[in-house]
Amino acid sequence: MIWQVLGRAYVGAILVFLYAPIIVMAVMSVNASEFYQLPFTFSTEWYERLFANREILGAAWRSIWIATVVAAIATVLGTMASIALWRHEFPGKRVLQALLFPPIAVPWLITGTAMLIFFYGIGLGRGTPAVILGHVALALPYVIVVVTARLTSLDRALEEAARSLGAKPWRVTRAVTLPHAAPGIIAGSLFAFAVSFDQFVVSYFLAEPGDSTLPVLIYTAIRKGFTPEINAISTLIIMISMGLMLIAARYAKFGGDR
Amino acid sequence: MSEVRVEGLSKSYGATTALGDVTLSFPDGQFFGLLGPSGSGKTTLLRAIAGFVRPDAGRVLIGGQPVEDVPVEDREIGMVFQNYALFPNMTVADNVAFGLHVRKVPANERTRRVNEVLELVQLGPLGARRTQDLSGGQRQRVAMARAIVTRPRVLLLDEPLSALDRALRVEMQIELRRIQREVGITTIFVTHDQEEALTLSDQIGILKDGRLVRHGPPRAVYDQPGDAFTARFLGDANILRGVVEPAGLRLTDGTVLAGVTSGAVAVRPEAMRISVAEPDQAHRLRATLTQRIFSGAMGTCVLEWHGQTLKIVARDSELARLPDPGLQGQSVWLSWLPEAALPLIAEK
Repeated sequence: MIWQVLGRAYVGAILVFLYAPIIVMAVMSVNASEFYQLPFTFSTEWYERLFANREILGAAWRSIWIATVVAAIATVLGTMASIALWRHEFPGKRVLQALLFPPIAVPWLITGTAMLIFFYGIGLGRGTPAVILGHVALALPYVIVVVTARLTSLDRALEEAARSLGAKPWRVTRAVTLPHAAPGIIAGSLFAFAVSFDQFVVSYFLAEPGDSTLPVLIYTAIRKGFTPEINAISTLIIMISMGLMLIAARYAKFGGDR
Repeated sequence: MSEVRVEGLSKSYGATTALGDVTLSFPDGQFFGLLGPSGSGKTTLLRAIAGFVRPDAGRVLIGGQPVEDVPVEDREIGMVFQNYALFPNMTVADNVAFGLHVRKVPANERTRRVNEVLELVQLGPLGARRTQDLSGGQRQRVAMARAIVTRPRVLLLDEPLSALDRALRVEMQIELRRIQREVGITTIFVTHDQEEALTLSDQIGILKDGRLVRHGPPRAVYDQPGDAFTARFLGDANILRGVVEPAGLRLTDGTVLAGVTSGAVAVRPEAMRISVAEPDQAHRLRATLTQRIFSGAMGTCVLEWHGQTLKIVARDSELARLPDPGLQGQSVWLSWLPEAALPLIAEK
């Protein structure tokens, strides 16, 4: 009995620890006071200001379309890689699979520095193409992990059956492999979107000053002086991110079968 | 419809020989059962004919044309997989129509042929069902319909009945045979169930360790197994070994089996008679009855004979007349007709 109560209290404490700062921020985004003063007075002023702020909106829009492009590229490449790794045995397969993971394991700061040096080295420099390339590299392993997990539950005999009925490889992929992998592909693309949309370090290194993505802009804005508009945009970002993660979790079931 | 032939087919996985120089013809329109214990290479042989396994050496001919370099999708085969491998995201009719879609058969002809083949497998009204809602036997029929609707040159069946329970399996055996007869397609069937192979096949081939040990019509192979492995694997057999003498085969206990000219013989358990009184038979030996097992109409007796265990099968009414072997056993006579002693070639 007592342990049950303590156990619940423990879980409660963890949830408070995780969510209290976010809730405070969300509440403050609709508080009239600029200096976080109580009592709380409901106001949509900061959201109104936010939607009048061309700089923030521009950055938000840029973040969204970059994330969309990144998700599209990473999903296509990641799905192709997953299917190839699932279908074929070849020398060096293990090594290749291991090589796909550093973007998850290596600190972003280091990845970002390395990319910056590399992109300057090949003459690409900073800018939106560099940001997209960098994000794709970061997002790719997430797509591969999720899609590969989904493919493990695909019966190889299904592909063989399609081939025995005369289907060429692409037809087999379309009729059998992709429909089965679809939940993983959707989840993977959402992860890729989130990775790009939330990305700060690599974006900060690779974006050109006038061309910031939203996280970079927020960081710069906080350094200049914090305004509740930041609370408003941050609250929106969190809602979008969590929404995407929920959908992703629904589809991915993290490797399990539905 | 075509004859299928493999010549000198070999395949190794590392140090394991899955197929060792197999040459075999599967006659046009016949039902051919490939039989062997697990790891004997029967599935590898089937998959090599299908094109999923690339042989290290040898040829595969379908309708006289070599197909080693033809990919699976162009070999014009139909295949039924162990767990049917029905496409889960499609209805029964869509599953069956898949091969026709791929071949760009026009819609109206497609519908006609799908309906026709669903009738043939007695699934007429179930076309719109999801495959998940079907019973095991129905799935089996869908898999069969899907494999034959494209009118393939050869039908390959990979243990298609192993997932069914016994009663359904017997029913599906009869169905399978009926469908195969109606379509008249060359069929190659892999199974580890010897009874199934004997029931269904026009011809059988027995594989062991990647080698073809014996092939021919089921009755011929059963009646002349030729070697101890085949004799034991197909049905059951008591193997008696000895030394060939002018009078016949002298067994280890001194018994001479008159007229036998091979170093070993197989005697089917059902061909042996058991009696307490000395039988009036040239082929007979004295053994110790150790166990009498009742299992319905037919019973089994287990006997000890000079360190070897022998088995006989007979009607229970006959066995019931025997004395109880008790703990120390009962001395009895075993006898059989000379023609029931099937000659075996010497083993390595």
